[in-house]
Amino acid sequence: MTWTPQELIAISASRFLADRKVVFAGVGMPLVAAVLAKTLHAPHLTIVLEGGIIGPDIVPGQLPISTNEMRGARSPMMLTDITDVFLYAQRGFFDYGFLGTAQIDQYGNINTSRIGDPDNPDVRLPGTGGANDIISACREVFVVTTHEVRRFVGRVDYVTSPGHLKGGTSRREAGLLSKGPTRVVTDLGLMTFDRGSKRMVLAALQPGVQAQEVHDNTGFELLTPRPPAQLPNPTSRELEVVRRLDPDGTFL
Amino acid sequence: MTIDFIQARQDLESTDRALEDKTSTASDAIARVADGSHVAVGGCLYSRTPMALLFELLRQDRRDLVLSRCLTCYEGELFLASGATRHITTSWMGFGAPWGSSKIMRQLVESGEAVLEEWSHLGIGMRYRAAAMGVPFLPMLSMLGSDLVDHTDIRQIDCPFTGERLALVPALFPDVAIIHVHRADIYGNAQIDGYRHMDTDVACAARTVIVSAEEIVEPEQIQREPDRTVIPHFAVDAVVEAPMGAYPHECYGLYDADFEHFASYADRVRHHGLEGARAYIAENITAMPTFAEFLDQVPPDALERHRRSAYELVRS
Repeated sequence: MTWTPQELIAISASRFLADRKVVFAGVGMPLVAAVLAKTLHAPHLTIVLEGGIIGPDIVPGQLPISTNEMRGARSPMMLTDITDVFLYAQRGFFDYGFLGTAQIDQYGNINTSRIGDPDNPDVRLPGTGGANDIISACREVFVVTTHEVRRFVGRVDYVTSPGHLKGGTSRREAGLLSKGPTRVVTDLGLMTFDRGSKRMVLAALQPGVQAQEVHDNTGFELLTPRPPAQLPNPTSRELEVVRRLDPDGTFL
Repeated sequence: MTIDFIQARQDLESTDRALEDKTSTASDAIARVADGSHVAVGGCLYSRTPMALLFELLRQDRRDLVLSRCLTCYEGELFLASGATRHITTSWMGFGAPWGSSKIMRQLVESGEAVLEEWSHLGIGMRYRAAAMGVPFLPMLSMLGSDLVDHTDIRQIDCPFTGERLALVPALFPDVAIIHVHRADIYGNAQIDGYRHMDTDVACAARTVIVSAEEIVEPEQIQREPDRTVIPHFAVDAVVEAPMGAYPHECYGLYDADFEHFASYADRVRHHGLEGARAYIAENITAMPTFAEFLDQVPPDALERHRRSAYELVRS
């Protein structure tokens, strides 16, 4: 059995979404993973999209391209205002936030705004959209991305969406009430955050990956307080569902 | 930044909010938009964008506009490329995954010719909501700790009740709001089906509100289903009938977005940059007397396909 790095990330991440919870998902890989979880082990997972959409049915092969369109709003439980959906998150109703990123640093801070000097950027990225709000407000947040040195940087050029900021208690001191990022799932492994320092920890390896490979693809020192665990292979059922969801590979 | 919440209220009180016929042509309605205005654009990304009114705004060639919108799609590129605006306030600007980021935004912002003022999605929403409530700011719990605070006029305070750190966002009172809805009566009572995006707040926040509607219906029809009315007539200054008025973007339940139209536009920009966008404007907007002529260029079977797609997506 073979799989693409993107399929592996979506499948690994989907396993962390428990049944009967509420997940605020971005489009693309996060939504694929959320629908996968709902299909396989979390039938009562409520998916929320920032376009004011609560509890939609996502039809395989017809995933929405944005959070604000009819493919993301089939048979929903509720359609409301964008601002109100975010305020549900701020009130604390949403168990998980689920995001992708362009750049992430050792404290889980995310940059989707500016590469280079923040005041005179080399590259202006599209911006936060709802990511800043999701990571600020959901109870805990999972981040999915391919594992590359250019993405895993010691310090992001710009903190679009706050992770653990400068580590330690700095996130709480900034006024943020939720846990922030708790898991980063990549094609090489699973990263968590050290309880005290809030630095990123290599917690588990994807199938066939050696720890050194993860370190080589990370632009900062990943903590390894314990030998990393081993993540299981994707099952044929998981792969089948992912491929049915995204048959053309548009989103993965 | 000055927050003119008292002035905004005085401006509102000084205008006639009477229950009267406010129907207008797109041309006459958009004539109310002055150069230099802050224009809030309703809808979100490629959903219920008030395209008929925006095309008219481009046709009338206003200058020095500031645009704001929660998520900005290719309409933002058209305003940048035409030179109508050099300043967009938004939380995200692009097309959607298959087309990548906005090349025109990147070119103009990276060269310093234009400004992309970035707030979080909820941050934009709370700015409109504060204005809709008639207050100068609202507290919220996003953007704290992030670098967005360095490039916007967010203030942080310690809550006078609890001592907790809060972000305060200033009310945004647009000069003009441009909003597309499913139906309205001649007075401006407006109904939106499906998701409302931020439009109910945008309508109450702005000084002048121009609404386009897929259809203008009898007041009795509005009154038969008053719970669907989301913008009251006293918030609206002009009503323009504009069937397919969000095309090539979607209108919930009525027509799907025309992704092929996006793709062909994106292709022109990829090959010809700003000139590609300007050629699009010349052909589809400047050369057309009204939006109806633009729609006439679209093959009828394509429009029918988008209508059928929406019907199936919402009904199934």
